[in-house]
Amino acid sequence: MTAIVEVEHLKKTYDSGFEALKGIDLTIEQGEILALLGPNGAGKTTLISAVCGITAPTDGKVRVGGHDIQDDWRAARKLIGLVPQEINLEPFELVMNTVRFSRGLFGRPRNDALIEKILRDLSLWDKKDSRINALSGGMKRRVLIAKALSHEPRVLFLDEPTAGVDVELRRDMWRIVETLRADGVTIILTTHYIEEAEAIADRIGIISGGQLLLVEEKAALMKRLAKKELRIDLQSPVDHIPETLSAFDLRRADDGRALIYTYDTTGERTGITRLLGAVQAAGLTLADIRTSQSSLEEIFVDIVKDGGK
Amino acid sequence: MNWTGIFAIWRFEMARFFRSIIQSVVSPVVSTSLYFVVFGAAIGSRIQEVEGVPYGAFIVPGLIMLTVLQQSIQNAAFGIYFPKFIGTIFEVLSAPISAFEIVMGYVGAAAAKAILIGLIILLTSFFFVDVRIAHPFWMLAFLVMTAVSFSLLGFILGIWAKSFEQLNIVPLLVVTPLVFLGGSFYSVSMLPPFWEAVSHFNPVLYLVSGFRWSFFGMADVPIGASLAAILIFTCACLAIVWWIFRTGYRIKS
Ligand SMILES: Nc1ncnc2c1ncn2[C@@H]1O[C@H](COP(=O)(O)OP(=O)(O)O)[C@@H](O)[C@H]1O
Ligand SMILES: [Mg+2]
Repeated sequence: MTAIVEVEHLKKTYDSGFEALKGIDLTIEQGEILALLGPNGAGKTTLISAVCGITAPTDGKVRVGGHDIQDDWRAARKLIGLVPQEINLEPFELVMNTVRFSRGLFGRPRNDALIEKILRDLSLWDKKDSRINALSGGMKRRVLIAKALSHEPRVLFLDEPTAGVDVELRRDMWRIVETLRADGVTIILTTHYIEEAEAIADRIGIISGGQLLLVEEKAALMKRLAKKELRIDLQSPVDHIPETLSAFDLRRADDGRALIYTYDTTGERTGITRLLGAVQAAGLTLADIRTSQSSLEEIFVDIVKDGGK
Repeated sequence: MNWTGIFAIWRFEMARFFRSIIQSVVSPVVSTSLYFVVFGAAIGSRIQEVEGVPYGAFIVPGLIMLTVLQQSIQNAAFGIYFPKFIGTIFEVLSAPISAFEIVMGYVGAAAAKAILIGLIILLTSFFFVDVRIAHPFWMLAFLVMTAVSFSLLGFILGIWAKSFEQLNIVPLLVVTPLVFLGGSFYSVSMLPPFWEAVSHFNPVLYLVSGFRWSFFGMADVPIGASLAAILIFTCACLAIVWWIFRTGYRIKS
């Protein structure tokens, strides 16, 4: 694997004195889909803006395709496509013209066949002669994507591409991301929809308060952090957890009609057999048991709360 | 050099102009015709000629300058302010295009529009008065240099402005008075000595004078001074633009 984006100790302090990025280190591999997950104000947009040259970093280095974004900015920027979070489009211009403009701006020769393909893939072809301000919000977002793809970037940043879009567009977006990945385009998307990260990312980075708390393979992240809960429904309620069960991570639920045991699925032993034995030994009668996996949402909340591992 | 990028910006800006071509062309033509009627007919009946040139023809270079200055500033200021205002500037900032190239695109388009309108006004004036151009090359050169330098000024204004109000106030409060007081419609030699001296601090005087010289071979100030003034002004604007991009002033947060 080769790194396509390398971020080293990137810091950004805004003129207001606010430190939006507190030293980010991140390596993105060629061809992967990385989801940056974080609450509002975490610094996701700032991070993307710094990599794309829209915001000047206060400190640190960024290389894209091996090109330093400051010393060798032309080569670096040619590789990057950006779909911004805000819908920023020239209102009175025609769809086709704005997309052509983007390609030209990036120094690429006119290629109408390619632009037709991009517009068709985004279901925008029949809107090519429409004015931007006549389009719906979802359509405008597609135009932004078309613009970003018009110069054939190798790295695509999607800043909250599905915030506030309808289900149909979100599915389309995921499909587009899949197609791009098949073409070898590296994709970095920010989101605060955990399902989205879970559905399409290879790796997930969690960012909060200007710090990258962790970056991990999605599966490993889920596994490492996936806690499971075992719910034991009791025949008759208990008013406290019996002494003999104090060694287990248990809590009462439903006024004592159930006990909930939290365990780590990746541990060597889950402790379930011992627990069930101990429950029986304590003289409790089981009515039912079931397990459930904690969602990425809960994991996320946990990590942000603990500020890392 | 990213020539394709420069051309993309230039074309996009020109498209904005041609989208409202009627408005872009008709309004300067109408207002110029009004000037001809008011200044040429009303005042011209009192002032027969200025230094041997019929008054109606005498005001043509000044009228063209007035419009070219206004158009250059307005077009360039709006051209860069609007993307900043609606947020599309992000794309230009993230593209592999240098500050200098960005300026070439925007200023080039603003100047081109102003020159076009200047030439249309010149054509319009042929309907009203008999104008001969003594030095066509210098006429074009002054037109281009003026359009470029004032488009640079407009670009700076567009970056500096934080509201549409500020965008309009500078042309209105600074440029228009300078043009009117810069001898567009009279020769400064017609003023009392004190005001004539004051006029020499007005940069627009040098432009109008040089431009008028290219028409009639007569000028308020030496032609060399006109050229020097426009060069100094252009360099000053370029220096400010360079500083803006180096510091990211009001472009990058
Ligand atoms: N231009 C700016 N000036 C000052 N503070 C800013 C600016 N832009 C963003 N911030 C602050 O930086 C923090 C990170 O913002 P942002 O990167 O937009 O977060 P996210 O995209 O994760 O929601 C926020 O607290 C925001 O208020
Ligand atoms: Mg954001």
